[in-house]
Amino acid sequence: MAIDFQRVAPRTHRARVGRKRSIWLRIHLDPWLLSILVLLISFGLVVLYSASGMSTSTTMAQASRMGVALLGAIVIAQFTPVTLLRWTPVAYGAGLLMLVAVEIMGDIGMGAQRWLEIGPLRFQPSELMKIAMPMMLAAYLHRRPLPPTWRDLLVCGVIVGVPVLLIARQPDLGTSLLVTCAAVFVILLAGLSWKFIVTLVAMAGGAMPLLWINMHDYQRQRVLTFLNPESDPLGAGWNIIQSKTAIGSGGLEGKGWGLGTQSQLEFLPERHTDFIVAVLGEEFGLIGMGTILVLYLLLVARGLVMANNAQDTYGRLLAGSIVLTFFIYVFVNIGMVSGILPVVGVPLPLVSYGGTSSVTLMAGFGILMSIHTHRRLLTH
Amino acid sequence: MRKRRENIKNHEQEVRIFRNRSLVAALVIVLMAGGLVSRLFYLQVIEHDVFITRSDNNRMRVEPLPPRRGLIYDRNGKLLAENRPTYNLTIVRERVDDLDTTLQRLIDILDLPEDEVATFRERSRQRQRPYQPALLMSDLTEDQIARLAVNRYLLSGVEVEAQLMRYYPDPIVMSHVLGYVGRINEEELAELDSGDYAGTHFIGKTGIEYTYEDQLHGKAGLRKVETNARGRVLRELDRDSPVPGKDITLTIDSRLQHMAYDLLDGRRGAIVAIQPKTGDILAMVSAPGFDINKFVTGISYDDYRALQQNLDLPLYNRAVRGQYPPGSTIKPFEALAALQDGVVKPNDVIYDPGYFQLPNDTRRYHNWLRWGHGRVDLERALEVSNNTYFYTMAYRLGIDRLSSFMHQFGFGEVTSLDVQGAAPGLMPSREWKREKYNQAWYPGETLSAGIGQGYFMATPLQLAAATATLANHGHWVRPHLAKRIGDQVIEPPFADTKPDVQVDQARWWQDVYKGMEAVLQGSEGTARKVGAGLQYEMAAKTGTAQVFSLGQNQKYDADELTERLRDHALFIGFAPVEDPQIAIAVIVENAGGGVSGLGRELTDAWLLPDGELKNRPDTTVNEEVESIDGD
Repeated sequence: MAIDFQRVAPRTHRARVGRKRSIWLRIHLDPWLLSILVLLISFGLVVLYSASGMSTSTTMAQASRMGVALLGAIVIAQFTPVTLLRWTPVAYGAGLLMLVAVEIMGDIGMGAQRWLEIGPLRFQPSELMKIAMPMMLAAYLHRRPLPPTWRDLLVCGVIVGVPVLLIARQPDLGTSLLVTCAAVFVILLAGLSWKFIVTLVAMAGGAMPLLWINMHDYQRQRVLTFLNPESDPLGAGWNIIQSKTAIGSGGLEGKGWGLGTQSQLEFLPERHTDFIVAVLGEEFGLIGMGTILVLYLLLVARGLVMANNAQDTYGRLLAGSIVLTFFIYVFVNIGMVSGILPVVGVPLPLVSYGGTSSVTLMAGFGILMSIHTHRRLLTH
Repeated sequence: MRKRRENIKNHEQEVRIFRNRSLVAALVIVLMAGGLVSRLFYLQVIEHDVFITRSDNNRMRVEPLPPRRGLIYDRNGKLLAENRPTYNLTIVRERVDDLDTTLQRLIDILDLPEDEVATFRERSRQRQRPYQPALLMSDLTEDQIARLAVNRYLLSGVEVEAQLMRYYPDPIVMSHVLGYVGRINEEELAELDSGDYAGTHFIGKTGIEYTYEDQLHGKAGLRKVETNARGRVLRELDRDSPVPGKDITLTIDSRLQHMAYDLLDGRRGAIVAIQPKTGDILAMVSAPGFDINKFVTGISYDDYRALQQNLDLPLYNRAVRGQYPPGSTIKPFEALAALQDGVVKPNDVIYDPGYFQLPNDTRRYHNWLRWGHGRVDLERALEVSNNTYFYTMAYRLGIDRLSSFMHQFGFGEVTSLDVQGAAPGLMPSREWKREKYNQAWYPGETLSAGIGQGYFMATPLQLAAATATLANHGHWVRPHLAKRIGDQVIEPPFADTKPDVQVDQARWWQDVYKGMEAVLQGSEGTARKVGAGLQYEMAAKTGTAQVFSLGQNQKYDADELTERLRDHALFIGFAPVEDPQIAIAVIVENAGGGVSGLGRELTDAWLLPDGELKNRPDTTVNEEVESIDGD
């Protein structure tokens, strides 16, 4: 490991030239990232206030939750990447153990089991895996020369496969796909050869029928409904039809804050959680949708810049993966609500009401800031 | 090379790869974001109109506002048909936490019998738009509503909804006059104006409810409302109020109606009373009646079967559909026919040896009094109801003239204005017999027709209408049940009224009336016992109709058999003779005796200042006869 840090030396020298150690670096925070985050969260709260039917208590609860999550990010940013790297196997191992525990409890109980209850705390191990998985892969590849060899890929496959299978068995197809996504990004960023990527995509295409066969009925129903929502307008297709109607009726400028009839008259289901972007589309129109998309893109752009400035493989791969996965959340959620992707339970990051996913996301941004601001500490 | 790659990390290369890969990623992200934007552009700009319409359709709903059905009153303003709120139990599944628990609770609270539990559960599973209430049970009792209210906190998603339902306060005695409303069936639905009946569940099936359906129903209104997804109305955007149905006042006097029903005293029969000058039907009773309220809520299969299998045929409206041989009650009309056609003069005397014989025929047509009444003129012929006299008249007239004159009094025709289901009876004629049986008319059949037997059939309503016309000196007024519809007064002259019965000499009317008065007052009058102590002048005629045959498939025990083979007794009459106020027809099936007393009691009640009618404070539901239906 020591060797790696020495190898970094020539680049850090260059990076250091002409740069003062700003106050931000000293407190290990990134002003750009934080500003965009605060803007996004604020916009999100404005929409949530309307989506919750002008509920001050819901909005305040979400605001304080986001505040705590932001604080958590700031705390995580104080840890050095070295510390993170050291704890990576522990986090991964713990996540894996808890997934096994959930699996066993699921067998004892019945049906879908995603939660682990420890005293008063309810914990979702799959959320931990969203972070621990890219960490573990980055940590592994960090020690390997890149691009990864076939043997590396095999190891990666095992690291990814076991928890993903466990999550898929819960069953939580959405999360297992997102966790896989985070892992795939690490490997892609590590320089997986294009030839291999093409082969993999082709194989994935071939595996689709197999996936279909192994799907649960409700999952198949979701796909079918996605392909033709009108087929069951009162049942499974209801959500999609109503959300498309909400977005479409919003038009260019929207119906105005709190004036969306689809949202306020409760035609739109899950309007303050997974379908909140339909409220935004209805009340703020295409302009509002454009605004939030621009904010997300700015956040992703800043994240990618920070990832590129990371000084070691671990940081680079982890930061890159966090940023790309974040965008996938955004894409999947908006794609699902606007009817171009099937309905999977993915909330809109930083905007949808709810705690667990916000905490995970913020932890990611904390790690991102940690990687970005601890560059100099890695040199002598 | 291979070894180097395995052991030493090439940082320059790794950084370069990462940079390339993130550039590619950034590009892909921009493309994906572009995809989202174009999708949003498609939804929000290109297809905007489609979705704005859809969203308006979502929130705005046009609700029909069913009109209130018109009320029905008797001629004195007593309410005969009203609308009562009833309560239905509905459930919105989306708002129920645990359907099974809630259903079980409801079953316990309502104390449902076992056999209803299954339908109850089935109804709760009926497919429905999300957040639309499903009907679990209708017509809740007060007790059930109270128990539901107490347990309301346990029953989220369960609601009690009010709806107006027809209710008849006097359901049995009024059954054949009012008819009833029932749920609209598929056939009716196909014929109805769907707009006007959008919110209406009931339609008049028989009786007044059927005849005046259009007026009673009113005009449906509309309202445009904004609703939320649960279907709860948030505000009204636009309203076009319904026009309530018109109230109808009947010509029926419910006191007289009750009295007539009571006079029949559980026997099968019918009584129709008409005010001759106006054509008002004062009473129209067919006994036994049945509980029309049961038909509103939907009669149970067992109850319906019991009504249908009841030998007394309570569902059968004898007053207007019952076709009986009129017997001797047609004699006054026949007398007029004979006078008008000049085949007899009032004072002409006919000798009755006890029978009549057709020329060149040995068969004897007997008088009811075997040894004959001797010398008989018109007045005495009516007084004693002499058959020989009327055989002679019929023979002299011939069936053609007899039939056509009887038609003038409405026999063989429907003359009523608004009586649903009125039957035409049968006034036989040569043509009729040829068409029906392809047979020639025999002279003997003319004689049968002459004493109201044979093919001759009349309904009680026809007899009453003919009697009223007779009382009016032949002036026709169509009998009718409605007196006022909304503001409109129903009064003669009516369209399509039959031409008045014309006779050459007005005194012929008096001659016939005299004979009819003698029925009650004469020393030989067939109803002289009934006529004792009469305080006004009354004209009447009694009649007897033989019961020809029993219906097939009908089984009677011995007692029943003899009872049901007895003759039907008939009576017609009007009073006072100079200024007729009431004309009455009475038929009691298998009476086994005279029924003139019923007629007398009704005219007494109607005409005397201290008559029984005045002493009936207000009629109430007759609890005693309730048991008649369903037995």
